[in-house]
Amino acid sequence: MSYAPTSVIQIIPRTRRGVELLLLVIAIAVSVGAYVNIGITVQNEVPASTGYYAAGITLLALIAHFALRYRAPYADPVLLPCAVLLNGLGVAMIHRIDLGLALVAEARGATPKSPAAPQQITWTAVGVVLFLVVILVIRDHRRLQALTYTAGLAGLVLLVLPLIPGLGVNLNGARIWIRLAGMSFQPGEFAKICLVVFFAGYLVVKRDVLTLAGHRFLGLDLPRARDLGPIGIAWGVSLGVLVFESDLGSSLLFFGLFLFLLYVSTERAGWLIIGGLLFVGGAYFAYATFGHVHRRVTDWLDPWAIDGGQVKLGLMGQAWGGILGRGLGQGHPEATLYAQSDMIISSFAEELGLTGLIAIILVYTLIIERGLRTALGCRDIFGKLIATGLAMSFALQVFVIVGGVTGLIPLTGLATPFMALGGTSLVANWAIIALLLRISDQARRPQTPAAPVSDETIAMAVQKQ
Amino acid sequence: MSELTLTLIKLGFLALLWMFVLAVLSVIRSDLFGAKVDSRAAAAVAPQNTRTPKAVKPAKKRKGLPASVTIADGPQAGVGASLTEEPVIIGRGSDCQIRLDDDYSSTRHARLFLSEGQWWVEDLGSTNGTYLDGQRVTRPVPAEIGGSIRIGRTTLNIAK
Repeated sequence: MSYAPTSVIQIIPRTRRGVELLLLVIAIAVSVGAYVNIGITVQNEVPASTGYYAAGITLLALIAHFALRYRAPYADPVLLPCAVLLNGLGVAMIHRIDLGLALVAEARGATPKSPAAPQQITWTAVGVVLFLVVILVIRDHRRLQALTYTAGLAGLVLLVLPLIPGLGVNLNGARIWIRLAGMSFQPGEFAKICLVVFFAGYLVVKRDVLTLAGHRFLGLDLPRARDLGPIGIAWGVSLGVLVFESDLGSSLLFFGLFLFLLYVSTERAGWLIIGGLLFVGGAYFAYATFGHVHRRVTDWLDPWAIDGGQVKLGLMGQAWGGILGRGLGQGHPEATLYAQSDMIISSFAEELGLTGLIAIILVYTLIIERGLRTALGCRDIFGKLIATGLAMSFALQVFVIVGGVTGLIPLTGLATPFMALGGTSLVANWAIIALLLRISDQARRPQTPAAPVSDETIAMAVQKQ
Repeated sequence: MSELTLTLIKLGFLALLWMFVLAVLSVIRSDLFGAKVDSRAAAAVAPQNTRTPKAVKPAKKRKGLPASVTIADGPQAGVGASLTEEPVIIGRGSDCQIRLDDDYSSTRHARLFLSEGQWWVEDLGSTNGTYLDGQRVTRPVPAEIGGSIRIGRTTLNIAK
């Protein structure tokens, strides 16, 4: 007869929506502050459009906030403000580079290109709408598990869409865009979400097989050959993306994502080693075979060799920024190629310095941390794996792009989440944040208590035995 | 716009950005450490280590007869009785030498008595049981200096 301890620390669950509102106010203040700061330094006046910009970002943030208040009250309080801050800063920086490019064009006597910032604001609005749709439609993330294979198929279709002649277009050497109704989209960004759902659903069912059936070899638990199928397919698909779409970044992202989820769900280090070897093999194959990969690697090893190279100009900008930066509007980030998209991190490093860059990377880290925290707190494995996958997709993306811009690894064309110019990526990221918030609402919500059990009833039950 | 103003604006903006990061960190921190805990449950947490037998380190037993038994924690901490020759009864009842204000103890819960030159702890058929050093007392067991008795949510220490 044993007497099980019954005292449980009863943490009173708090919704923390008020804290979220407070953080949102700071995030909006930072974004609007950046906008005003840029106006003051570049145009010597507080821009007349400040009111519209502030009203727009406040409205979007509040809509998202109230959607959470009513539909996901226990969701994580930190994720939304972080997303709003990154998005707002990104729009401000894109606007700043618009101004810079206009000045350059004016000096040359050319007609300036149409500004990109309004476009990005429109896409932000679309992103928040999708955020609302996800929060309102998906009331329980576990429903998604029924869509495992549908999501997998959708992901693959989205991945190959750009290869369809007439639909896909080649831009900047990569075939990852499709053109529809005069606008270009990057379906790979949504393929990412679909594939995370697929990987999670697949691994929930298969993880036991992958964990238990295997044999030891050289002190490693190796899985059976037939269980290697899925990782082989993931590797093949990501290599296919690389070969046919010339998209190094996405291929790295998909493979890394699957490998990571495999490791998390099976707790087998063997997968990491197999995956690492496959990655090294694939990377060497790509380096030896494809011109554009080879070019990226040489550009990384010796950025000074190419006159006016992207990496070189980015590094020079970052060096010029130093510890505290030039100040918003006082550098020349527009001198770098793709300063608004691929190189936006180096634009920030130039104007906000190392201090600002670390703050931005910390905000990314916080989003990733909250994602992983959600996974820890989540009560079902499917939700755990989705949250881990989404957080890791963020982590991989930030690592690959920041690593590329700072010269740690070869630069690949992955979008900087929430900041880089590009509608599809922005919209997809809002959907990711919405999914994470949905799962965190489930994870932090108080469990509906079973019939309350007092110590007396237990003691009586014990005595009856 | 003077150079100084621009520098001040630059530093001010960086400070604002970092303020956001620190605010988020403090929110996460309060999420980790500042969770509001039900006060009734909090009282139950304190003696929790004595409830799980594994967590209890065997207290160093010393030679000699114990001379007192005292409530170790909670609002009644310090209340106790000296162990002379008379038996000590612990419980909620008014005739007990140590009266516990503990809903989880019985009216006459446990007894300490001197026999064969040694103090013993005996359970008096209580509802929730008496634990000596995490072990349930089913028959009289020797009470030694440094031992701790748990009754309901109350812990009592045996001392010299």
